[in-house]
Amino acid sequence: MDPYALKMLNAERRARRAAILVTDVGDGRDRVVREGDNVAGDLGVAIAKAFRSGISGSVEAEGRTFFLNAHLPRPRLVVIGAVHISQALAPMARIAGYPLEIIDPRTAFATSDRFPDVALHADWPQDVLERQPLDAYTALAAVTHDPKIDDFALKAALDANCFYVGALGSRKTHAKRVERLLALGASADQIARIHAPIGLDIGAASPAEIAVAILAQTIHAFRSRGLEAKGAVA
Amino acid sequence: MLAPGTPHSHMFPGSLKKQTLREATMSDSIYLDEARDPLIIAEAWMKDGKDVAIATVVETWGSAPRPVGSHLVIDADGNFHGSVSGGCVEGAVVTEAVDVIGSGKARMLEFGVADETAWQVGLSCGGRIKVYVERLG
Repeated sequence: MDPYALKMLNAERRARRAAILVTDVGDGRDRVVREGDNVAGDLGVAIAKAFRSGISGSVEAEGRTFFLNAHLPRPRLVVIGAVHISQALAPMARIAGYPLEIIDPRTAFATSDRFPDVALHADWPQDVLERQPLDAYTALAAVTHDPKIDDFALKAALDANCFYVGALGSRKTHAKRVERLLALGASADQIARIHAPIGLDIGAASPAEIAVAILAQTIHAFRSRGLEAKGAVA
Repeated sequence: MLAPGTPHSHMFPGSLKKQTLREATMSDSIYLDEARDPLIIAEAWMKDGKDVAIATVVETWGSAPRPVGSHLVIDADGNFHGSVSGGCVEGAVVTEAVDVIGSGKARMLEFGVADETAWQVGLSCGGRIKVYVERLG
Protein backbone atom coordinates (compact mmCIF):
# COMPACT_ATOMS: atom_id res chain seq x y z
CA MET A 1 0.00 0.00 0.00
CA ASP A 2 1.17 3.47 -0.82
CA PRO A 3 1.98 5.29 2.48
CA TYR A 4 0.43 8.46 1.10
CA ALA A 5 -2.79 6.55 0.32
CA LEU A 6 -2.88 5.21 3.87
CA LYS A 7 -2.45 8.69 5.35
CA MET A 8 -5.14 10.11 3.11
CA LEU A 9 -7.51 7.22 3.85
CA ASN A 10 -7.04 7.58 7.61
CA ALA A 11 -7.55 11.35 7.40
CA GLU A 12 -10.88 10.81 5.63
CA ARG A 13 -11.94 8.16 8.13
CA ARG A 14 -11.04 10.38 11.11
CA ALA A 15 -13.12 13.21 9.64
CA ARG A 16 -16.12 10.89 9.18
CA ARG A 17 -16.02 11.17 5.39
CA ALA A 18 -16.53 8.17 3.09
CA ALA A 19 -13.59 6.90 1.04
CA ILE A 20 -12.75 3.82 -0.99
CA LEU A 21 -9.28 2.36 -1.35
CA VAL A 22 -9.01 1.02 -4.89
CA THR A 23 -6.24 -1.56 -5.28
CA ASP A 24 -5.17 -3.12 -8.57
CA VAL A 25 -4.41 -6.62 -7.26
CA GLY A 26 -2.40 -7.35 -10.41
CA ASP A 27 0.34 -4.77 -9.82
CA GLY A 28 -0.48 -3.67 -6.26
CA ARG A 29 -1.01 0.00 -7.15
CA ASP A 30 -3.66 1.74 -5.10
CA ARG A 31 -5.42 5.06 -4.71
CA VAL A 32 -8.04 6.66 -2.52
CA VAL A 33 -11.33 7.73 -4.08
CA ARG A 34 -13.45 10.14 -2.05
CA GLU A 35 -17.20 10.34 -2.25
CA GLY A 36 -18.08 12.67 -5.11
CA ASP A 37 -14.79 12.14 -6.98
CA ASN A 38 -15.46 11.39 -10.62
CA VAL A 39 -14.30 7.96 -11.86
CA ALA A 40 -15.18 6.95 -15.41
CA GLY A 41 -16.33 3.65 -16.87
CA ASP A 42 -17.24 0.33 -15.28
CA LEU A 43 -14.90 1.01 -12.38
CA GLY A 44 -16.76 4.25 -11.67
CA VAL A 45 -20.09 2.43 -11.63
CA ALA A 46 -18.73 -0.18 -9.21
CA ILE A 47 -17.27 2.55 -6.99
CA ALA A 48 -20.60 4.43 -6.87
CA LYS A 49 -22.32 1.20 -5.87
CA ALA A 50 -19.77 0.53 -3.13
CA PHE A 51 -20.26 4.03 -1.71
CA ARG A 52 -23.99 3.38 -1.43
CA SER A 53 -23.85 -0.12 0.00
CA GLY A 54 -20.64 0.18 2.00
CA ILE A 55 -19.83 -3.35 0.84
CA SER A 56 -16.23 -4.11 -0.18
CA GLY A 57 -15.37 -6.52 -2.96
CA SER A 58 -13.51 -7.25 -6.17
CA VAL A 59 -14.48 -5.93 -9.57
CA GLU A 60 -13.26 -6.65 -13.10
CA ALA A 61 -12.83 -3.52 -15.20
CA GLU A 62 -10.66 -2.56 -18.17
CA GLY A 63 -9.25 -6.09 -18.20
CA ARG A 64 -7.91 -5.76 -14.66
CA THR A 65 -9.03 -6.88 -11.21
CA PHE A 66 -9.53 -4.21 -8.60
CA PHE A 67 -10.31 -4.63 -4.94
CA LEU A 68 -12.56 -1.90 -3.57
CA ASN A 69 -12.36 -1.46 0.18
CA ALA A 70 -15.25 0.79 1.15
CA HIS A 71 -14.78 2.82 4.32
CA LEU A 72 -18.05 4.47 5.26
CA PRO A 73 -18.44 6.44 8.48
CA ARG A 74 -20.85 4.82 10.86
CA PRO A 75 -24.25 6.48 10.41
CA ARG A 76 -25.83 7.93 13.50
CA LEU A 77 -29.22 9.29 14.39
CA VAL A 78 -29.69 12.47 16.41
CA VAL A 79 -33.18 12.90 17.83
CA ILE A 80 -34.38 16.26 19.07
CA GLY A 81 -36.91 15.50 21.78
CA ALA A 82 -36.89 13.05 24.68
CA VAL A 83 -40.48 12.06 24.01
CA HIS A 84 -42.49 8.85 23.84
CA ILE A 85 -41.52 8.23 20.18
CA SER A 86 -37.83 8.51 21.09
CA GLN A 87 -38.23 5.96 23.88
CA ALA A 88 -39.33 3.42 21.28
CA LEU A 89 -36.87 4.62 18.64
CA ALA A 90 -33.77 4.33 20.84
CA PRO A 91 -33.64 0.51 21.17
CA MET A 92 -34.84 -0.05 17.59
CA ALA A 93 -32.20 2.23 16.07
CA ARG A 94 -29.51 0.59 18.12
CA ILE A 95 -30.50 -2.87 16.92
CA ALA A 96 -30.57 -1.65 13.31
CA GLY A 97 -26.98 -0.38 13.67
CA TYR A 98 -27.68 3.34 13.93
CA PRO A 99 -26.31 4.62 17.24
CA LEU A 100 -28.71 7.23 18.57
CA GLU A 101 -28.37 10.39 20.63
CA ILE A 102 -31.18 12.39 22.14
CA ILE A 103 -31.13 16.11 22.77
CA ASP A 104 -33.81 17.86 24.81
CA PRO A 105 -33.29 20.83 27.13
CA ARG A 106 -36.42 19.98 29.12
CA THR A 107 -34.95 18.18 32.09
CA ALA A 108 -38.29 16.66 33.00
CA PHE A 109 -38.22 14.76 29.69
CA ALA A 110 -34.52 14.03 29.33
CA THR A 111 -34.02 11.71 32.29
CA SER A 112 -31.97 8.54 32.42
CA ASP A 113 -34.96 6.80 34.03
CA ARG A 114 -36.92 7.31 30.83
CA PHE A 115 -33.90 6.61 28.62
CA PRO A 116 -31.66 3.95 30.14
CA ASP A 117 -28.47 3.20 28.14
CA VAL A 118 -29.04 6.08 25.71
CA ALA A 119 -26.69 8.98 24.97
CA LEU A 120 -28.84 11.76 26.37
CA HIS A 121 -28.13 15.50 26.39
CA ALA A 122 -30.39 17.55 28.69
CA ASP A 123 -29.26 20.69 26.94
CA TRP A 124 -30.22 23.01 24.08
CA PRO A 125 -29.44 21.72 20.57
CA GLN A 126 -27.37 24.87 19.91
CA ASP A 127 -24.98 23.93 22.72
CA VAL A 128 -24.76 20.21 22.01
CA LEU A 129 -24.33 20.60 18.26
CA GLU A 130 -21.59 23.15 18.73
CA ARG A 131 -19.61 20.54 20.66
CA GLN A 132 -20.56 17.66 18.35
CA PRO A 133 -21.34 19.02 14.90
CA LEU A 134 -23.72 17.25 12.56
CA ASP A 135 -22.35 15.76 9.33
CA ALA A 136 -23.42 14.02 6.11
CA TYR A 137 -23.47 10.63 7.88
CA THR A 138 -25.88 11.85 10.53
CA ALA A 139 -29.66 11.68 10.40
CA LEU A 140 -31.70 14.18 12.36
CA ALA A 141 -35.27 13.70 13.52
CA ALA A 142 -36.96 16.62 15.27
CA VAL A 143 -39.90 15.41 17.30
CA THR A 144 -40.52 17.93 20.10
CA HIS A 145 -43.24 19.91 18.28
CA ASP A 146 -41.67 22.97 19.90
CA PRO A 147 -40.15 25.49 17.45
CA LYS A 148 -37.88 26.86 20.17
CA ILE A 149 -36.17 23.46 20.33
CA ASP A 150 -36.64 21.97 16.85
CA ASP A 151 -35.99 24.88 14.48
CA PHE A 152 -32.34 25.55 15.20
CA ALA A 153 -31.51 21.84 14.91
CA LEU A 154 -33.39 21.51 11.62
CA LYS A 155 -31.53 24.47 10.12
CA ALA A 156 -28.20 23.03 11.35
CA ALA A 157 -29.05 19.63 9.83
CA LEU A 158 -29.81 21.19 6.45
CA ASP A 159 -26.58 23.20 6.53
CA ALA A 160 -24.54 20.10 7.49
CA ASN A 161 -26.14 18.15 4.64
CA CYS A 162 -27.39 15.43 6.97
CA PHE A 163 -28.41 12.38 4.92
CA TYR A 164 -31.84 12.47 6.52
CA VAL A 165 -33.83 15.31 8.05
CA GLY A 166 -37.31 14.63 9.41
CA ALA A 167 -39.71 16.77 11.41
CA LEU A 168 -42.79 15.70 13.31
CA GLY A 169 -46.01 17.58 12.67
CA SER A 170 -48.99 17.81 10.37
CA ARG A 171 -48.84 19.50 6.98
CA LYS A 172 -50.33 22.61 8.56
CA THR A 173 -47.68 22.64 11.30
CA HIS A 174 -45.02 22.10 8.68
CA ALA A 175 -46.25 25.01 6.54
CA LYS A 176 -45.68 27.33 9.49
CA ARG A 177 -42.28 25.71 10.09
CA VAL A 178 -41.29 26.38 6.48
CA GLU A 179 -42.00 30.10 7.01
CA ARG A 180 -39.83 30.15 10.12
CA LEU A 181 -36.95 28.26 8.44
CA LEU A 182 -37.04 30.67 5.49
CA ALA A 183 -36.78 33.50 8.00
CA LEU A 184 -33.74 31.74 9.51
CA GLY A 185 -32.11 31.84 6.08
CA ALA A 186 -32.74 28.29 4.81
CA SER A 187 -33.29 28.05 1.05
CA ALA A 188 -36.42 26.54 -0.49
CA ASP A 189 -34.30 23.68 -1.92
CA GLN A 190 -32.91 22.92 1.50
CA ILE A 191 -36.33 22.96 3.10
CA ALA A 192 -37.64 20.57 0.44
CA ARG A 193 -35.26 17.95 1.84
CA ILE A 194 -37.17 17.80 5.13
CA HIS A 195 -39.38 14.75 5.49
CA ALA A 196 -42.63 16.09 6.93
CA PRO A 197 -44.90 14.62 8.03
CA ILE A 198 -42.12 12.44 9.41
CA GLY A 199 -41.70 8.74 8.64
CA LEU A 200 -42.63 6.36 5.83
CA ASP A 201 -46.35 6.27 5.26
CA ILE A 202 -47.22 2.96 6.91
CA GLY A 203 -50.31 4.30 8.65
CA ALA A 204 -48.42 4.49 11.95
CA ALA A 205 -50.80 5.24 14.84
CA SER A 206 -48.87 4.74 18.09
CA PRO A 207 -45.57 6.33 19.19
CA ALA A 208 -43.80 2.99 18.65
CA GLU A 209 -45.23 2.65 15.15
CA ILE A 210 -44.14 6.19 14.32
CA ALA A 211 -40.67 5.19 15.54
CA VAL A 212 -40.68 2.27 13.06
CA ALA A 213 -41.73 4.66 10.27
CA ILE A 214 -38.91 7.11 11.16
CA LEU A 215 -36.29 4.35 11.33
CA ALA A 216 -37.41 2.86 8.02
CA GLN A 217 -37.26 6.28 6.35
CA THR A 218 -33.80 6.86 7.82
CA ILE A 219 -32.51 3.55 6.46
CA HIS A 220 -34.04 4.25 3.06
CA ALA A 221 -32.40 7.68 2.98
CA PHE A 222 -29.06 6.16 3.93
CA ARG A 223 -29.14 3.37 1.36
CA SER A 224 -30.23 5.66 -1.48
CA ARG A 225 -27.69 8.42 -0.79
CA GLY A 226 -26.63 10.24 -3.93
CA LEU A 227 -29.32 8.71 -6.13
CA GLU A 228 -31.40 11.89 -6.27
CA ALA A 229 -28.48 13.94 -7.52
CA LYS A 230 -27.07 11.57 -10.13
CA GLY A 231 -30.28 10.03 -11.46
CA ALA A 232 -30.64 6.26 -11.60
CA VAL A 233 -27.26 4.59 -11.30
CA ALA A 234 -27.31 0.86 -11.91
CA MET B 1 -1.40 -28.11 8.99
CA LEU B 2 -1.86 -24.80 7.40
CA ALA B 3 -0.85 -24.40 3.82
CA PRO B 4 -1.42 -20.91 2.53
CA GLY B 5 -2.32 -20.92 -1.12
CA THR B 6 -3.92 -24.31 -0.82
CA PRO B 7 -7.69 -24.32 -0.66
CA HIS B 8 -9.26 -26.42 2.09
CA SER B 9 -6.17 -26.48 4.23
CA HIS B 10 -6.96 -26.89 7.92
CA MET B 11 -7.08 -24.08 10.37
CA PHE B 12 -4.45 -23.65 13.01
CA PRO B 13 -6.48 -24.40 16.13
CA GLY B 14 -3.97 -23.16 18.70
CA SER B 15 -4.34 -19.50 17.81
CA LEU B 16 -8.12 -19.29 17.85
CA LYS B 17 -8.90 -18.11 21.36
CA LYS B 18 -6.70 -15.04 21.36
CA GLN B 19 -8.99 -12.64 19.58
CA THR B 20 -12.53 -13.91 19.66
CA LEU B 21 -13.48 -12.24 22.93
CA ARG B 22 -12.30 -8.84 21.84
CA GLU B 23 -14.04 -9.08 18.51
CA ALA B 24 -17.30 -9.90 20.23
CA THR B 25 -17.38 -6.57 22.05
CA MET B 26 -19.04 -4.18 19.65
CA SER B 27 -18.60 -0.50 20.18
CA ASP B 28 -21.46 1.95 19.86
CA SER B 29 -19.15 4.85 19.13
CA ILE B 30 -19.48 6.66 15.83
CA TYR B 31 -15.82 7.69 15.94
CA LEU B 32 -12.82 5.54 15.06
CA ASP B 33 -11.47 3.49 17.91
CA GLU B 34 -7.95 4.74 17.24
CA ALA B 35 -6.31 2.53 19.85
CA ARG B 36 -7.57 -0.58 18.07
CA ASP B 37 -8.03 0.46 14.46
CA PRO B 38 -5.52 -1.54 12.36
CA LEU B 39 -5.02 1.15 9.69
CA ILE B 40 -4.45 3.87 12.28
CA ILE B 41 -1.94 1.60 14.02
CA ALA B 42 -0.20 0.86 10.70
CA GLU B 43 0.21 4.59 10.10
CA ALA B 44 1.63 5.09 13.59
CA TRP B 45 4.08 2.21 13.10
CA MET B 46 5.16 3.73 9.81
CA LYS B 47 5.80 7.08 11.52
CA ASP B 48 7.92 5.22 14.09
CA GLY B 49 10.06 3.96 11.21
CA LYS B 50 8.84 0.37 11.35
CA ASP B 51 8.41 -1.87 8.34
CA VAL B 52 4.76 -2.83 8.04
CA ALA B 53 2.60 -5.24 6.06
CA ILE B 54 -1.15 -4.95 5.63
CA ALA B 55 -3.33 -8.03 5.15
CA THR B 56 -6.85 -7.61 3.81
CA VAL B 57 -9.70 -10.10 3.45
CA VAL B 58 -10.62 -9.73 -0.24
CA GLU B 59 -13.01 -12.62 -0.67
CA THR B 60 -14.99 -15.04 1.48
CA TRP B 61 -17.03 -18.15 0.73
CA GLY B 62 -19.47 -19.68 3.15
CA SER B 63 -19.71 -18.34 6.67
CA ALA B 64 -16.37 -16.62 7.15
CA PRO B 65 -15.84 -15.06 10.58
CA ARG B 66 -14.63 -11.66 9.35
CA PRO B 67 -16.14 -9.70 6.47
CA VAL B 68 -14.42 -8.70 3.23
CA GLY B 69 -12.33 -5.59 3.85
CA SER B 70 -11.13 -6.60 7.34
CA HIS B 71 -7.48 -5.91 8.11
CA LEU B 72 -4.61 -7.42 10.00
CA VAL B 73 -1.49 -5.24 10.21
CA ILE B 74 1.89 -6.76 10.95
CA ASP B 75 5.35 -5.36 11.67
CA ALA B 76 8.69 -6.96 10.81
CA ASP B 77 8.97 -8.44 14.32
CA GLY B 78 5.66 -10.24 13.94
CA ASN B 79 3.61 -7.90 16.14
CA PHE B 80 0.09 -7.58 14.82
CA HIS B 81 -3.27 -5.84 15.30
CA GLY B 82 -6.71 -6.49 13.88
CA SER B 83 -7.97 -9.77 12.46
CA VAL B 84 -8.81 -11.47 9.22
CA SER B 85 -10.47 -14.58 10.63
CA GLY B 86 -11.21 -14.02 14.28
CA GLY B 87 -8.09 -15.95 15.20
CA CYS B 88 -8.10 -19.02 12.92
CA VAL B 89 -5.38 -18.20 10.40
CA GLU B 90 -3.68 -15.13 11.89
CA GLY B 91 -0.58 -17.16 12.79
CA ALA B 92 -0.02 -18.16 9.17
CA VAL B 93 -0.78 -14.69 7.82
CA VAL B 94 1.77 -13.13 10.19
CA THR B 95 4.45 -15.56 8.98
CA GLU B 96 3.68 -14.77 5.35
CA ALA B 97 3.55 -11.05 6.09
CA VAL B 98 7.05 -11.04 7.56
CA ASP B 99 8.24 -12.58 4.25
CA VAL B 100 6.31 -9.96 2.28
CA ILE B 101 7.98 -7.19 4.32
CA GLY B 102 11.34 -8.71 3.35
CA SER B 103 10.65 -9.20 -0.34
CA GLY B 104 8.27 -6.28 -0.98
CA LYS B 105 6.23 -8.59 -3.20
CA ALA B 106 2.51 -8.81 -2.43
CA ARG B 107 0.90 -12.25 -2.01
CA MET B 108 -2.60 -13.62 -2.29
CA LEU B 109 -3.28 -16.30 0.33
CA GLU B 110 -6.21 -18.65 0.41
CA PHE B 111 -7.38 -20.54 3.45
CA GLY B 112 -9.96 -23.24 3.67
CA VAL B 113 -11.50 -24.25 6.92
CA ALA B 114 -12.42 -27.89 7.34
CA ASP B 115 -15.74 -28.37 9.07
CA GLU B 116 -14.64 -30.95 11.62
CA THR B 117 -11.69 -28.82 12.68
CA ALA B 118 -13.91 -25.80 12.92
CA TRP B 119 -16.31 -27.68 15.12
CA GLN B 120 -13.51 -28.86 17.40
CA VAL B 121 -12.36 -25.35 18.13
CA GLY B 122 -15.84 -24.00 18.54
CA LEU B 123 -16.25 -22.12 15.29
CA SER B 124 -19.28 -23.07 13.21
CA CYS B 125 -17.65 -21.67 10.16
CA GLY B 126 -16.57 -24.07 7.44
CA GLY B 127 -15.88 -21.20 5.06
CA ARG B 128 -12.95 -20.15 2.92
CA ILE B 129 -11.17 -16.83 2.81
CA LYS B 130 -8.76 -15.09 0.46
CA VAL B 131 -6.29 -12.66 2.02
CA TYR B 132 -4.16 -10.10 0.16
CA VAL B 133 -0.89 -9.32 1.93
CA GLU B 134 1.16 -6.30 0.86
CA ARG B 135 3.96 -4.22 2.22
CA LEU B 136 3.28 -0.63 3.26
CA GLY B 137 5.53 1.50 1.07
